[in-house]
Amino acid sequence: MLEVNGLVKRFGGFTAVDNVSFKVEQGEILGLIGPNGSGKSTIFNMLSGFFPPTAGSIRLQGQELAGVPPHAIIHQGIGRTFQIPRPFHRLSIFENVALAGFYGQNRPTRAKAFASAERALTLVGLPLDRAAMVDGLGAAGLKKLELAKALATEPKLLLADESLGGLDEHEMDQAADMLNKIRNELGVTIIWVEHIMGVLMRIVDRVMVLDHGEKIAEGLPSAITGDPRVVEVYLGSDATAVQAMAAARG
Amino acid sequence: MSRFFPWLIGAVLIGLPFVYNSPYPLHIIIVVLIWSFVYTSWAVMGRFGLVSLGHGGFLGVGAYVTALLWNNFGLSPWIGIPVAMVAAAALAVLIAYPCSRFRITGHYFALVTMALSAIVLQVITATRDVTGGSLGYTPQRIAGGDSLFAFQFTAKETWYWIALLVWGLGLLVRWQVERSMMRYALEAISEDEDAASAAGVHVTVEKLKITALSAAMTALGGAMYCQYQMFISPDTVSGISASLQMVFASVVGGIYVLIGPTVGAIITIMLAEVLRIGFGTAAVGWDNFVYGILLVLFIIYLPQGIVGSLQAKFMGKKIG
Repeated sequence: MLEVNGLVKRFGGFTAVDNVSFKVEQGEILGLIGPNGSGKSTIFNMLSGFFPPTAGSIRLQGQELAGVPPHAIIHQGIGRTFQIPRPFHRLSIFENVALAGFYGQNRPTRAKAFASAERALTLVGLPLDRAAMVDGLGAAGLKKLELAKALATEPKLLLADESLGGLDEHEMDQAADMLNKIRNELGVTIIWVEHIMGVLMRIVDRVMVLDHGEKIAEGLPSAITGDPRVVEVYLGSDATAVQAMAAARG
Repeated sequence: MSRFFPWLIGAVLIGLPFVYNSPYPLHIIIVVLIWSFVYTSWAVMGRFGLVSLGHGGFLGVGAYVTALLWNNFGLSPWIGIPVAMVAAAALAVLIAYPCSRFRITGHYFALVTMALSAIVLQVITATRDVTGGSLGYTPQRIAGGDSLFAFQFTAKETWYWIALLVWGLGLLVRWQVERSMMRYALEAISEDEDAASAAGVHVTVEKLKITALSAAMTALGGAMYCQYQMFISPDTVSGISASLQMVFASVVGGIYVLIGPTVGAIITIMLAEVLRIGFGTAAVGWDNFVYGILLVLFIIYLPQGIVGSLQAKFMGKKIG
């Protein structure tokens, strides 16, 4: 459903994303991993319209989206969460989500927006109480709110940005199951950016690995973990040396 | 009970001139109502962190465009006022569009808009052959004094009802904005523009809508002031001091509360009147001095204003 071709982003002389191409199939969960500064967030920011790409094309179901502004991208069906939750503190939890339901679906009736908001809140497990304020939420609650906001826009494709940072192991598992549930129940296609490989590998269908803005590997989770380039990126070149030495000694 | 309370107040206000129509108090009430409407118009957007110091400009456009069209082309204020409102809204968009595109917000937005009120003041002063410059301007009086066509009325009671109607409409518009989805969008924009656009909000469009609305309302207030006083000068209906006056009164009353700017108008106008009557010409400019000090104190100690703070204290309501 999503086809990205030759995506490039340069900031001045620095190339943050260098000629990256990939496809996402309908109903798939694609994991996007890579060390800090490898270009994951930059790709997300281009897909969600926050950065216009320097070159390349982004097609969602055949529709070209490169250079389309963020609010219009949502209307095309791409929702996103932010790595660090960005709730609106002056609005209640419900209003946060209802806002996304109303403007994210390009102003349907208020009833429809509120219904989407209630569905999203129920799915992530937040209270439907209209007056509950954001300030009472902890880290896990804020992540849920972030997700509910994205879901209320009724996206076809969800961009989940490092959604598990700052959670304990149990909460991480819950959140991973949540994404799986969103895919299975709502049929939403997901691209999931994550630092922590373990929890991601359990859920995703395919993984794409980035390093220094380039795609270095793509494939099934099982295949990726054994890829020497991926091991090198994640553990440093010493690891490859160690592995090589180990291999040499037999 | 509380449901009928606004209707009761409304009935009392409408009936007031039948019982009590002493000219001076009635004049003060009319002036309070007109300025309450103007301050409410400012707060319609100011309440969302869009602090404009350019509303003096919109006030001036409202007053001068209406009067100039009447004097030069005999165009009835019934047409002149809408034209002035559209002109003010257009001017607002002209300023707010680049501000939004280049992300000029907060203090910088205040500074850009402050330049706008200074420019409008300068234009009025500089084109003295047309506008009368700093000497002020008078709409031509119609023979006989009363005319619906010319929007000129001699009876204070008539003006009282007009001002009351306009003020009521101002509250109604603001109330509608507060209960619309637009409030969600504007609250979100005031906190985090990127997160708002990620929720599908077209940030520039929403900002322009509220700015144009606020400017058009302010222009209506300027035109009302002009038609009532039958005299306008650049110092009272344009310029930075007129803009600051709006900010001050709204902040004192409370920008997050519907009735806040009205209470602010009552307090500031009373203060000015007490100083004027008590000290006469010896106190010229004192009101501005007192406003300045009070503004600083309010922003530090009572940022929700008088009404907002009272509500928070006695009704446990936290706003803004």
